[in-house]
Amino acid sequence: MTTTKTIAEKAVSKPTRRDALKTLALGGAAAASMPLWARYAGAQTSEPIKVGFQVHRTGIGAAYGRWYDRTTSAAAALINEQGGINGRPLEIIAEDDGTDPKRGAEVVEKFAAKHNCDIGFGTLFSHVVIGSAPRAGELKLPYFVVSEGHHVASGMLNRYTLQPGITDVKSQVQAMAPFVADNLGKKVTMVFPDFAFGHDHRDYFTAAIEAQGGEVLEHIAIPPTETSFTKYFPKIPRETEVIYHVMVGPAVLTFVKELGEFFGPQRPEIFGFIDSLEAVDITSPGLEFLEGTYFWEGNPRYAQENQSEYDAFFRERVGVDANGASVSDPRDVSTYAHMFGCWETLHVVKAGMEASGYRGTQDRAALIEAVEAMTDMPHSIAHPQGAKVFNGKTHQVFGKQYISKVVDGKLLLVHTTSIEDTFYPDEVDYTTQSL
Amino acid sequence: MTTDLKKSVILHAGVVLALFVLQFVLPAYHHGNMARIMVLASYAIGYNLLFGYTGLLSLGHALFFAAGLYGAGLAMSQFGLSAGPALVIGVVAGVVIGAVVGGLALRTEGVAFMIVTLMFAQAGYLTILYFGAYTRGDEGFVIAQTERVLFGVDLSAPLVRYFAAFSLFCAAILTCFLAVKSRFGRVLVAIRENEERAAMLGYDVAKYKLGAVVLSAGLSALAGAGYALLFGYVGASFASVQYSIFPLLWVLLGGAGTVLGPLVGTVFMFYLIDLSSGLTTAYMLIAGLVLVVLTVFAPQGVMGEVRRRMWRWLP
Repeated sequence: MTTTKTIAEKAVSKPTRRDALKTLALGGAAAASMPLWARYAGAQTSEPIKVGFQVHRTGIGAAYGRWYDRTTSAAAALINEQGGINGRPLEIIAEDDGTDPKRGAEVVEKFAAKHNCDIGFGTLFSHVVIGSAPRAGELKLPYFVVSEGHHVASGMLNRYTLQPGITDVKSQVQAMAPFVADNLGKKVTMVFPDFAFGHDHRDYFTAAIEAQGGEVLEHIAIPPTETSFTKYFPKIPRETEVIYHVMVGPAVLTFVKELGEFFGPQRPEIFGFIDSLEAVDITSPGLEFLEGTYFWEGNPRYAQENQSEYDAFFRERVGVDANGASVSDPRDVSTYAHMFGCWETLHVVKAGMEASGYRGTQDRAALIEAVEAMTDMPHSIAHPQGAKVFNGKTHQVFGKQYISKVVDGKLLLVHTTSIEDTFYPDEVDYTTQSL
Repeated sequence: MTTDLKKSVILHAGVVLALFVLQFVLPAYHHGNMARIMVLASYAIGYNLLFGYTGLLSLGHALFFAAGLYGAGLAMSQFGLSAGPALVIGVVAGVVIGAVVGGLALRTEGVAFMIVTLMFAQAGYLTILYFGAYTRGDEGFVIAQTERVLFGVDLSAPLVRYFAAFSLFCAAILTCFLAVKSRFGRVLVAIRENEERAAMLGYDVAKYKLGAVVLSAGLSALAGAGYALLFGYVGASFASVQYSIFPLLWVLLGGAGTVLGPLVGTVFMFYLIDLSSGLTTAYMLIAGLVLVVLTVFAPQGVMGEVRRRMWRWLP
């Protein structure tokens, strides 16, 4: 008996992920080479599906916005190469919200009333989401946010607001506690900005580390206007085993530098959230002190040795190199821990529209119900960050979290949580609200 | 009634009538925009009373707008009050804070007054962040659609929202019109033109200026409370420096010391940003250039130029 497979055997053999990717790439290329009329010939209408993309092009969120923009464009291009949604092309209509909640609400109105968009999508900063969501709900515009805020799952918003492409801060923070307690130490001092984002970390992590038998010795809240941090460091108790930091904004460089000067080589373990250093080169002068410290990452910035094919594909399509920077400019570091959310959300929208047979704005409610019915989202091209579980009641997705260590100026993945680590009891059931 | 007063009444009544009629003809997008603009223009009217008519340049008016916003919002979220009492509490909060800030800041004048008001507003902003457990800090909080009901009417319905914004605007513009046409308003203008002379004529300048601050703060707070109820969001960004600068820009563009200037400036600035942001991310550069051009060629703002060149009777 020969070991060579017969044609029949080949036909029934399970395709590998690499085969699937190759097929997809070839199919995409073939589809892209077809004229427009041929690509969408199967649809009842070739009118595009309009996605209103609320992007932070200016204001404090501009660095995130730039990469959210690139990721969204790459995802839309891929979806269109595959034949669009229900045979219709996807059109991204981007509007800058200035990272401002008032303007955000105006932009949502513009999507619904002026551009006649099918959905709103892509908002990151929590205050813009919270400022915009009421209008989206009133206008019955499905509003898919990519924010990682707990606002959706907390029940603060409405049935038209969903977060199916990125996990929320509550699940992220609580999933860190077992690793911190088991590997770094149980006596923690937290340093965080004295506003809502920092307060979320304070509240969720404190509870989570206590559940692991640890304790937070000191909460050090830094006023958001602070530019120098040295005066806060003496408040760190001597018995501290781990410093947990979530400083954000440009002041993080000063924070790290001053922390390094304060402790010198004798420092406790340090654990932080990469939000502090998104779009910042980890090898920037002044950040040397981060060597050997740990970070939460929503998605590993540096291509790891066991990188999945899906991550490689995602990286290539968006234009990100193995160091997490733009392929055209190595100094242009991406917001890799968050931006996959745009890619995944657009794929959820595609799946939801196809499941509901979405035809136009009259089917918005059906789209919401179709997404609410989703549960498992397997690790795939549509979900390159990892497998996820969507909770239709809370409109929030749950997924794996990554912990990396800075080794030789690069982030090396050292731990991956389970999805179950991120679960917490439901705080709302949006499906009880009317559509 | 003098001829000039008749003309003024006809013009302002005409503008109000036009705004009323617009709600039936505007496309949905501009319909929503005008509701928002009328609320913001009410804020600018409050600012104009102090800056345009009294000559006091405040850089801290976001504090008063936020007082109304949070006064109404917290009354609903923390104490479960309905929209009507919350609106009243918002205005009262603005008036009280206006009296306190005015009482202290008016001990200074000129640049010092600007800085003191700016510092008070910054203190207010940081206070909102500090009490994040109640205010949700920079994230802010939502007032649910089901709670935004006044006299049994859903304020989030487009027509109702427009009419409520229109009513709020009418209340603001009527207050401003009556104030500037009254003895009180004429004294404010006298103070703006020559404070020493007004004092020499026997007017209690300090009292009038405090009255102007309180009235201005009250109108700003009314707009803030209205914004919370009509648009359902309360957030710290409205207490930031940016929202102290906006009414100054709106009033400068529209015409300081004119009753209609704040409305014109707010409409102009709103659509300038709305349209230019579709062209370039550097839309604030466009806004800045337009401001420079207007300052050079129309230093008194649009309505100020109209008054200088055509209608000298314009209040």
